[in-house]
Order: sequence, then structure tokens, then C-alpha cells
Amino acid sequence: MPDVLVLVDHDGERVHKSTYELLAAARRLGDPAAVVLGGPGTASRLTEALARHGATSVHAAESAEATEFLTTPAVDALELAVREVRPAAVLVSATTDGKEVAGRLAARLDAGLLTDAVDLDPSGTVTQIVFGGSCTVRARVTHGTPVIAVRPGSFEPEECPVAAVRHDLVLPPIDPAASARVTGRRAALAGDRPALTEAAVVVSGGRGVGGADGFKVVERLADALGGAVGASRAAVDAGYYPHQYQVGQTGKSVSPRLYIALGISGAIQHLAGMQTSKTIVAVNKDPEAPVFGLADYGVVGDLFAVAPQLTDEVAARRAGD
Amino acid sequence: MNIVVLVKQVPDTAAERTLSAADLTLDREDTDLVLDEINERAAEEALTLKETVGAEVTVVSMGPDSALEAIRKVLAMGADRGLHIRDDRLHGADVVTTAKVLAAAVRTVGDVDLVLAGNATTDGQSSAVPAALADLLGLPQLTHAREVSVDEGRVRVERETEDGEATLDAPLPALVSVTEKINEPRYPSFKGIMAAKRKPVETLDLDDLFPDGDGNGFRVSRTRVLTAVPRPARVAGTRVTDDGSAGRHLAAFLIAQKLL
Repeated sequence: MPDVLVLVDHDGERVHKSTYELLAAARRLGDPAAVVLGGPGTASRLTEALARHGATSVHAAESAEATEFLTTPAVDALELAVREVRPAAVLVSATTDGKEVAGRLAARLDAGLLTDAVDLDPSGTVTQIVFGGSCTVRARVTHGTPVIAVRPGSFEPEECPVAAVRHDLVLPPIDPAASARVTGRRAALAGDRPALTEAAVVVSGGRGVGGADGFKVVERLADALGGAVGASRAAVDAGYYPHQYQVGQTGKSVSPRLYIALGISGAIQHLAGMQTSKTIVAVNKDPEAPVFGLADYGVVGDLFAVAPQLTDEVAARRAGD
Repeated sequence: MNIVVLVKQVPDTAAERTLSAADLTLDREDTDLVLDEINERAAEEALTLKETVGAEVTVVSMGPDSALEAIRKVLAMGADRGLHIRDDRLHGADVVTTAKVLAAAVRTVGDVDLVLAGNATTDGQSSAVPAALADLLGLPQLTHAREVSVDEGRVRVERETEDGEATLDAPLPALVSVTEKINEPRYPSFKGIMAAKRKPVETLDLDDLFPDGDGNGFRVSRTRVLTAVPRPARVAGTRVTDDGSAGRHLAAFLIAQKLL
């Protein structure tokens, strides 16, 4: 079986769930081979978890500079690994960083790039959902090593314990004239909430929430459901909630199992980012709101009455478990 | 300072988009074409830098004849000159081809200090072209900026993504991509619109950009779409009006759907 390279997302101590999804996806094409980029010692800490999810080898690219520069070290590590193992494909998570790494790698390799894959078959054909969920496309790479960015949440992680063989990659020194240095980092405000693009439940607020303070109602329901908080463009533009939580055409695309739209009218801008959700619930005062046209369950009413009542019901049920 | 700003003409995001039946590429025939709104903010940032630190701004766009409208709009906003990459062979160009062609176009401008782009276009959404372009040009990438400052030969950016915020720093020349949070683009004035008509716009094709005739330099696409089918439209389900108990009924619905 050919190797399939998987770029590992991690926080230094823990492998992110999206990587287990990539390892499961990779197994359809060959033997998953993890590429770990991080400070010295990172690969040793992560190897057991990667092997448990089927990584037959772990390529360790460890360097003190790994986290000092944006994107370049990851591209360098993958390029080195590709040239060494000649993989059947390279898989990365279709996050902001992942898509940029994928784009740079594909440019260096003069290879085909497919982003936002939601499925993958053993022949290498990729399924993508495009134009804000209105069209399903199947495509394949026709030139070079396929570079595929897989949308988080598209595959189920699978345990498949193997013994992982370690290989060390020696990264080239970083050229500071060709790489941006990261001089400061502030974590996302989400705290304990799951990442918006990975969450099984997303509760979003729109202009109907009425203000930054009103978003507490949205947050409480999201927390009761163990979900992420999103916002419509109108809410973000009005300054109710930060831009990084925007769901829609110019924000994030999400496809959780459950999407709850509170006070969101349902402009095409927004629908484009959420209509692939499995179940959609909408609460809005305006019975004419377009969001009702695609909601599985629509409530015409005041979100400040409906959402807290639902939050209490959820909390009561959770307490009773 | 020399700034190149990259812009693209795209179908209006407020409209439905479809794939053309003939070749499964985005159908641009029957839709309103507009200057991509995030690119417009990149142009605004270039013009702000022109006013604050002094710069010559070249606007570059790859696309069919109509892309000239996008270039003219940025010239009307205040850019100095335009470069239009127009070649029918680029129809359906993928991320790598687009980045290679744009890299060649930036090289023709010469002595560029800053390349500015939007973090994604609203049609392709791969969000990978600016990074790929930086890699091909050997420039540091400072992407997803919501704030940009240029000072003493360095550029600093406040980056905002789903992972949180970061401060990036690099020497010029560099590539910066901006998010839609960066600024509010200006409207072209009547004077600007009139002046734009006299500003120079150069048109180049692939033979101009790749004079060696290196076919691999601009292979149009390294991927092929096999099938494209519209997804069935969603239909409305249960609809209730709150009588004071909708929250409880909603919980019951979620339990029945095994979502709770």
C-alpha cells in the first residue's frame, strides 16, 4: 500500500480530532503516515495517539522555529516528506491554516489541489459541496501528487491500533526574509466551546438578538447543548459579535448535525454558509423570514422567550441523565 | 513604495450561482459581475497606504474582457495604473495556475514592496491563492489581516482566524491578504471616474508572461470535475407560532430527532 501523508493538527500536547478524521480518510487510499511539526519532543508525545488511530509511520519535523513562523515550516516539512516517501496523496484539514499550507505545497509540487473535500473514495475521487451548499461536485487530481484539504467533521475518527515507525525530517533553516514571524498570539475567545467549523451543534445569532449583550442568550443555549456560537453577517457588521464567528458566504461554512438560527432572517449570504447542516431550527419574530423556507423546525416568536426556555429544558434533561 | 493590489471580478454573492453545463466551470454568463468585495477592501488598504506613506499602486486582475471594469473601478478609487491578464486559455484556471500567472504578472511590475489581496474570493473560496502566490514569489505571507501597518521597511499585521489572533511581522517585500474587517472601501468620486479613463492599463496574455512558451508554467488545471449535480433544495418542515411553550416543544422535537 502506498503511504498517504496526513499533516497533524495539535496543540503540542494533544492531537486535534480533525487529524483523527484525516487518518480515517487516509486509510481509504493507503497507509496513513503522520507528519508532525512542532518543538523538540512533540512527536514523542503524540505518537501513541496517532498510532492508535492507524498512523503506520510518524514523520517528525521538530525545530525550535516550528511555531515562530507562519505556515512556512509546515509547508517545508510536507514538501520534504513528499519527496522522501512519494505518497499517493497529502491530506490536511481545511482550516484557514490548512488551506494555506495546501495551496503553497501544491504550488511547489506543481500538483492538483482540491479543497473542502467532504468525501473521498479509494480511486482518489473527492466530493466537494460548492456554492454555499447548492451543488455537489466530484473531482479528481489529474497532475502531480494530489493535495486534498478535508473539511473538518466530514469523516468519523476510527481507532485502528498499529505500530508506528518514526522517521526524522531535518527542516531547512527558515529564511526570515521569506517568512512572516509570529510575534504574538491570543487564543480565540471561544474558551471551552468547540471550534465553529468542527462543532456538532452550532447556535447562531443575527440582528434580531439586538446587541452584544443579547448574545448571552445565544451563548447560554450553545453551552447547554455543548455547541459553538456563530453569528450572521448583519450581527457581526453591527458589532454584536466578533468577525471570526461569522457564518456565511464571506465567513465560515458549517455543517453541524444541528444548526439553530436565532433572530436571523436568512439572507442568501448566511444561508450559503449553513444550509448543509443536517437539521436546521429557526426562531424569528418575522413570519416572512426566508430562513423559515429551509428550517426543519421553525418558531415564529421572540427568541428571548423561546431560547431561554429551550436552554432550561436542555439543562434539565442533561441533569437527569 | 510600490504596491500591487490583486482584484477579481466575481458573480454577485447576493445571487444564485450555477455551473455551466458545457464544461462544469462557474457560469459567469447570466449573472451580475462585480468587483469582489474583499478585494475591494484590499484596494482600499493600498490607497490608504498611498496616502499615508506614499506609494504607486498598480491594480492587477486576471479574467475575461469584463475584468477591465473591476480594474477601472479601482483606478477610479485612486490607483495609478492597471494590468489586465487576459487569455482564453485561462478559463477554469485552478489555484496553482492562478498563483503562477499572478506571480508572473507581479514580476513584470518590478521592484514591488507589497502585494495586497483579499483573503478569499467569494466565488472560489479556496482561500489558498494568496499563500501560494507568496510561496512562488518567495515573499513572507501575512494573511487574514484585520489591521496592517508599514514602517521602516517592515510590515506588521494583526491576523484573525478561527484559532484566535496573532501579530505577524516581516521585512518588505511581502504579501498581505486582508479580511473583510479591515476597512470600509471608499466610493469612487466623479472626478476619480473621469480620471480613471485616462490612466494606463496594460493587457498581457500567457505568451507575454511566459515568453519561453513553457507549457507547464500555465497548465490550466491540475484537477478535473467529473460530475456536478445541484443539491436538492431544502423544504420547510414544522412551523409553529410561540404561545409560551415553543421552547418546550422545540426540546421535544430535538429529543425525537435524537439531537438531545
